[in-house]
Amino acid sequence: MVTSTDYGRVARFTAVFTFFVTLLSLGIALLLAVKADKVLRGASSYKTLLMWVYAVAPPVAGLIGVLLFDQHVGPIVELFALFGWKMQIGVSYFDTSFAMIVTAVWKQIPVNFIFFLSGLQGISKSVQEAASIDCRSGFRRFWTVTFPLLAPTGFFLLIINITYAFFDTFGIIDVIVKNEPGNNPVTLVYKVYLDGFRGNDLGGSSAQSVILMVMVFILTIVQFRLIERRVHYT
Amino acid sequence: MATITLDTVRKVYGGNVEAVKGVSIDIADGEFIVLVGPSGCGKSTLLRMMAGLEEITTGDIRIGDRVVNNVDPADRDIAMVFQNYALYPHMTVYNNLAYGLKNRGMAKDEIDRRVKEAARILEIGDYLERKPRALSGGQRQRVAMGRAIVREPAAFLFDEPLSNLDAKLRVQMRVEIKRLQRALGTTSVYVTHDQLEAMTLADRLVVLNGGNIEQIGAPIDVYDKPASTFVASFIGSPAMNLLKVKADGNGLALATGTGLKGPNTKGRDAYIIGIRPEHLEVVSAPGEGDGIHLEASVNVLEPVGAESYLYSSFADGGDEILVRVSSHARHEPDEKLYLRAAPENIHYFDAETGQRID
Repeated sequence: MVTSTDYGRVARFTAVFTFFVTLLSLGIALLLAVKADKVLRGASSYKTLLMWVYAVAPPVAGLIGVLLFDQHVGPIVELFALFGWKMQIGVSYFDTSFAMIVTAVWKQIPVNFIFFLSGLQGISKSVQEAASIDCRSGFRRFWTVTFPLLAPTGFFLLIINITYAFFDTFGIIDVIVKNEPGNNPVTLVYKVYLDGFRGNDLGGSSAQSVILMVMVFILTIVQFRLIERRVHYT
Repeated sequence: MATITLDTVRKVYGGNVEAVKGVSIDIADGEFIVLVGPSGCGKSTLLRMMAGLEEITTGDIRIGDRVVNNVDPADRDIAMVFQNYALYPHMTVYNNLAYGLKNRGMAKDEIDRRVKEAARILEIGDYLERKPRALSGGQRQRVAMGRAIVREPAAFLFDEPLSNLDAKLRVQMRVEIKRLQRALGTTSVYVTHDQLEAMTLADRLVVLNGGNIEQIGAPIDVYDKPASTFVASFIGSPAMNLLKVKADGNGLALATGTGLKGPNTKGRDAYIIGIRPEHLEVVSAPGEGDGIHLEASVNVLEPVGAESYLYSSFADGGDEILVRVSSHARHEPDEKLYLRAAPENIHYFDAETGQRID
């Protein structure tokens, strides 16, 4: 099983998918949270606008993603067509991966946003004021004071997001590949389902799920070992 | 080193709440100024405007010769000590001190020299590699001071830096701040609601009330000649006794009730007289000597160690008066008390405006 090219391909896609989903959903959410923290007027409507997606179930998010990326009526497809990119979801491997990542990121941003925003609001105002007296550049101030103080939140979200990309994106992937995995990109957890319930290979499917569990286990240990050491908890 | 000039500085929040109402102060180079007043008097807002943490609605603030209204806090050449210290929790003490210097592009060895020097002065050399959470309140306070000192700024701004410390440490740090400021000769503005801190630290006091300056002056002048009833009751502990009086024939009497006798030296129909508790003398019989004479009865004797406070009231109620007596004095409740205040120790205030009458 481990030596099968198919499994290797899916594992590679899962790694790439997880990397981009985590990076983009954390990055964009942090940017939005930092901006939202500074908004004084209309702050609550801005936040509501960002957070409602949180309440959408993954398959529904996948469905919305499918609509947005639809070959004929999808506004995103139309938008990219203007730049000369003819997207073919479900046909082109790259285009399908792209749609999956965008939908998965979009679905995850609200959660990260809420946590980052509350993390930002938990940073003492006078510490930020002291920093504004000590450091003129807002950018530098962010990376030397705000970001390190957000690190506990960031670390927590990193683990949550990796787990999300590994497992919780199932619904989104299922809707986008429309039960026609064929040559389409799928993640390891989706492959567990495909092989077990579509391919009737319960043994192989079980073996895969054990490997998946071990992988997540190792990943979490590595994170705790490497990253948590650099995290400061107040 | 620099002068700080405030020229009719106003702060209006949300278009209608006026927190600071046109305050002007000239602070000399190297002077220690204390802004004192009850909460909500605008003292912190004023300090934050000097620091650049708060916009100035109208008026000008100059540090040295430069109008700093629109200058970034980092470029104002000031250092601020915050009430809760505001140390960077993720940095060691060394980095807390060095952070502001690094950001100004100072050479590493110069930073090191300054940090070591500040650590020596403040006796925090042993903690340089610790994080703030591993320090006690007093040590954190020293680090916060150190962060201000290393900058060698034109001015120090202190925002109630001692209010989070326990009473003993507070006294100790108070003396230390004073000593340090003397040694460095840096212009300092210090905000506090504690009148004792204000009295002991200040070269000049600025008493604020409701966004206005009530009085500016050396602590002892403010104490000896309070400009208004507000200052009289705020500066000095225990507070000054303020009694409403009216003309009565050739003399004076309480506005409500009996128990006071004295000459009407100001020739007015009604005013307020102020007598500090330490200036009331217990005498054996009524009417001895000049000045004002009171007749009251004892309510409570409160010993505080070095002295005792005698709370007493007039026969027909009204204002309570407080007398400072020797700790060995013995007084029983309801005991009849004859009190006298010498003419030079009596303050007169306008009954309507509360302003001092000389």
